[in-house]
Amino acid sequence: MSIKDLFGQDLEVINLGLKSFHSDLKTQGVKSVHVNWKPKAGGKKNMLNLLSKINKVKKL
Amino acid sequence: MIEIIEKANKEALEIIQSGQPTLVGLGLAKEVIPGMEEDLFLHAGPPITWEKMSGPLRGGVMAGLMYEGLASSPEEAAEYAASGKLRFDPCHHHDAVGPMAGIVTPRMPVWIIENTAYGNKAYCTLNEGLGKVLRMGAYGPEVIKHLQWMETVLYPVLKETIEIHGPIDLKTMIAQAVQMGDEVHNRNKAATSLFIREIAPSILKTSFSNEEKIAVLEFLHSNDHTFLNLSMPAAKATLEPVGKVKHSTIVYTMARNGTEFGIRVAALGERWFTAPAEIIDGLYFPGFSMEDANPDVGDSCITETLGIGGFSMATAPAIVQFVGGTPKDAVRYTTSMYEITTEESRAYKLPPMNFRGSPTGIDIRKVIETQVLPIINTGIAHKEAGVGQVGAGIVRPPMACFEQALEAYVNLLEDEGLLEE
Repeated sequence: MSIKDLFGQDLEVINLGLKSFHSDLKTQGVKSVHVNWKPKAGGKKNMLNLLSKINKVKKL
Repeated sequence: MIEIIEKANKEALEIIQSGQPTLVGLGLAKEVIPGMEEDLFLHAGPPITWEKMSGPLRGGVMAGLMYEGLASSPEEAAEYAASGKLRFDPCHHHDAVGPMAGIVTPRMPVWIIENTAYGNKAYCTLNEGLGKVLRMGAYGPEVIKHLQWMETVLYPVLKETIEIHGPIDLKTMIAQAVQMGDEVHNRNKAATSLFIREIAPSILKTSFSNEEKIAVLEFLHSNDHTFLNLSMPAAKATLEPVGKVKHSTIVYTMARNGTEFGIRVAALGERWFTAPAEIIDGLYFPGFSMEDANPDVGDSCITETLGIGGFSMATAPAIVQFVGGTPKDAVRYTTSMYEITTEESRAYKLPPMNFRGSPTGIDIRKVIETQVLPIINTGIAHKEAGVGQVGAGIVRPPMACFEQALEAYVNLLEDEGLLEE
């Protein structure tokens, strides 16, 4: 489906990220569901590094 | 091939699921709490000095000194507390827990809870009721007089009552209460009623006068929070053996001293991971606002650590009138706690969640991964000593506690050579 076709029909939106996008669409009467999603560990590099180290724990 | 962490966490969860917290009696703190001495006061949360204590903790210590007869005025009490003659230690270092300021002094009567599945005990003072009370940092003459009544009337009557009745299974009582609209942290109406119904005949069988029996029954009846001081040590007794499970990433303590929030994680033993305690978002009593609030305080979030309290708010919709929000929020809070926990309780089933078990076993890895922090409902104390409670609300621990714990955990695995190169 081309982008042109997509916007030519009623939109049903699943929104990830900034909630304001979802709120704006709702205000305009567009069907929108906001997914409560955050990047893993909030994207904090030091925490991602620690989590990846834990994944390397030896097997018994 | 079994992964070390999963095996450890499975063991930790089995300990939680199979714990059997049982009320076995009452005693005086100095006679039953391990390591309790005449010059020692216990307090809520991680370790703290008099200099760093917030208003409610200081107020509680001052009330404790006047109750013990070591000071005759608030001024004398403050001087005594600062003199170095008195030692302070967390309740948690002595198998005990205390709501709000959590002050336990040598003469105070305490409930004795035994986890009969593992043989460990936990201790907690008797709930003082609402209004001007030591646990909220109040220290007026009425506070001391009430503590004396608790020691000379309430305690002996209840002690003999439990001796007559025999042990009481608190796990079953909590399981019933969470199906009757309590989450047994800030709502204990059903649990307190069940408890009174259980012990009332035994109160009548004691050797005390009718006046004393009536006074005890009336006091228990007047105080919906009677059961809080049983649900807390029940949770403590259930969780304490988890602290000995090597390599487990499960949290077995969350507690606040009014200045700092602290957590302890099974693999990391008795080490605290602390950060400044948060101010609580909540409903304030008339005449008070967030400006008056002390930061988060008390050991009562041991209930949330077990998966009841705020974690089970969905089952207690009426509580939102006390702590703020809507019943829908309460369901949302409980739903989100399944994101950071490991299992569902086999005992504590929540009707509004289609009888799912309460979210059980907080895993520090999940908290960091999802950035979802534990939810806690709590009372709010005034920041100045001597005032008391000013409201109730919702709060979360600082993320820094979990970040520090995760770092320490990875260091532990590295030190033990348990990580692949």
